[in-house]
Amino acid sequence: MSIIEVKDLNFFYGRFQALKNINLSIDERKITGLIGPSGCGKTTFLRSLNRMNDLIEDVHIQGRVLIDGVDIYDQGTDLQKLRKKVGMVFQRPNPFPLSVFDNVVYGLRVHGVLDKNTIEDRLQWSLKCVQLWNELKDRLEVNALSLSGEQQQRLCIARLIAIEPEILLMDEPCSALDLIATARIEDLMRELKKQYTIVIVTHNMQQAARVSDFTGYFLLGELIEFGETDQIFTNPADSRTEDYITGRFG
Amino acid sequence: MRIYVDPKIEQRFFRAVLWLFTGVTVFILFFIIFYVLKRGLPVVSLGFLTKNPVEMGKAGGIFSTIVGTVALTLLAILIATPLGVGSAIYLTEYTRENWVTRVIRFGSECLAGIPSIIFGLFGFILFVTKLGLGWSLLSGGLTLAFMILPTIIRTSEEAIQSVPYAYREVSFSLGGTKWQTVTRVVLPSALPGIATGVILGVGRSIGETAAVIFTAGSSLHIPTSLFSSSRTMSVHFYILAREGISMANAYGTAAVLIIAILIINVLAYTLMNKFMRKYC
Ligand SMILES: Nc1ncnc2c1ncn2[C@@H]1O[C@H](COP(=O)(O)OP(=O)(O)O)[C@@H](O)[C@H]1O
Ligand SMILES: [Mg+2]
Repeated sequence: MSIIEVKDLNFFYGRFQALKNINLSIDERKITGLIGPSGCGKTTFLRSLNRMNDLIEDVHIQGRVLIDGVDIYDQGTDLQKLRKKVGMVFQRPNPFPLSVFDNVVYGLRVHGVLDKNTIEDRLQWSLKCVQLWNELKDRLEVNALSLSGEQQQRLCIARLIAIEPEILLMDEPCSALDLIATARIEDLMRELKKQYTIVIVTHNMQQAARVSDFTGYFLLGELIEFGETDQIFTNPADSRTEDYITGRFG
Repeated sequence: MRIYVDPKIEQRFFRAVLWLFTGVTVFILFFIIFYVLKRGLPVVSLGFLTKNPVEMGKAGGIFSTIVGTVALTLLAILIATPLGVGSAIYLTEYTRENWVTRVIRFGSECLAGIPSIIFGLFGFILFVTKLGLGWSLLSGGLTLAFMILPTIIRTSEEAIQSVPYAYREVSFSLGGTKWQTVTRVVLPSALPGIATGVILGVGRSIGETAAVIFTAGSSLHIPTSLFSSSRTMSVHFYILAREGISMANAYGTAAVLIIAILIINVLAYTLMNKFMRKYC
């Protein structure tokens, strides 16, 4: 079942066209990996799925992005609701310089959840989900910036899932982490996909091969190829994809 | 004509010159503080701080002028902080950089450079006479508020701008509105910087003479309402010294004032340091 449908998407920074005629559909409760050399539009694409690009000056967009059948670029779209539903994990772990507790409950408060028990439950649940609960349950008051990089990234994921999104957009979430931490975050993603649709941008092809069910290859703003990960990695249809995954380029 | 000078000697010579310049500056500064404290401290006692002036200040203490100074400064800060921080938020978060913001910023820089006596005159004409507030805490407070507004706007702007963009981005990505982002993420992070600006404003108001003598007047009574005229320590010093009422008490007042300003500056400096450490 597809949850996101992208139709003829073109994206411009001023006059520079960063995305060219993208068509793709993303399945529910699957991990979709987006690979490609840097500067080819992966981040731009990801941020067009929760309209984070709206924050940048002088951009414009053509085409449609349907989420659950509704075009998110429609006039009446409630951006706050959209972003609650389609959440984002950034490349660099970016907790607020606040306590662990305040970080996790930030989104809840923003969305008007004030009930103490609900907050307590969600806090526990989301920290358990990212396997931080045991480490941090007695240290909820420490400043999040004092945690390790991996813990910070997990905390950012917990902060996101605390508001119960449906889709998680992850932009190179492991690029600031070492190999072991990366492997553990990948395990976490496999766990999360039981409940969430995940779209992950990665610079690292092995990572895409390891965790994703579907893979798309971006090159210079175009989606060159999209399909099941096995097929993309073993039998790509486009020679440019093959060049990239065999390491001849990029 | 160019004379060849050995770069090593040149280097040594200019280092000595620079050292001398710095030395002179520091010396003058310490000399002033030392001189005022030496002449002033002997008359400063608990009684001096807690008794009201008698015979125009020839005898007695300076209690009512301390109250006047504190009340006036507090009032100025209470008026200027919301205005200044509000403007800073508007300029940094709600508008894009364009000619309007540049004009506002330029105007506020100019405002910062206007001599305080002009503010005093302006306050006198507008608040004291036109608006009929008379010589009062309110007139003085409003005048001081306008005087320190540029400082508060500028330091707040800098503090707000130095909050990493990533924090705003995360807040938006979690579905926060602009207002939520500003009030829950940006302002708390910028608070130490904003506080620094406010404290600098306090420092300026506390020592201000020209702007308040025309607007708050020089009554030696303890002010009882916003409409009471009141004398600040700096005005008291000025009157004591100029009218030759009591040089000893004038220096005593100056000593108290200097110590208060020193404390405030140390506070501002500490806060500023803390602020810098957080983001660098
Ligand atoms: N804010 C921006 N303004 C202008 N150009 C941008 C901006 N962000 C990205 N770009 C350009 O768009 C292209 C795609 O960038 P990006 O989506 O970040 O690529 P990727 O994530 O694949 O590395 C790049 O050429 C980049 O220079
Ligand atoms: Mg990128």
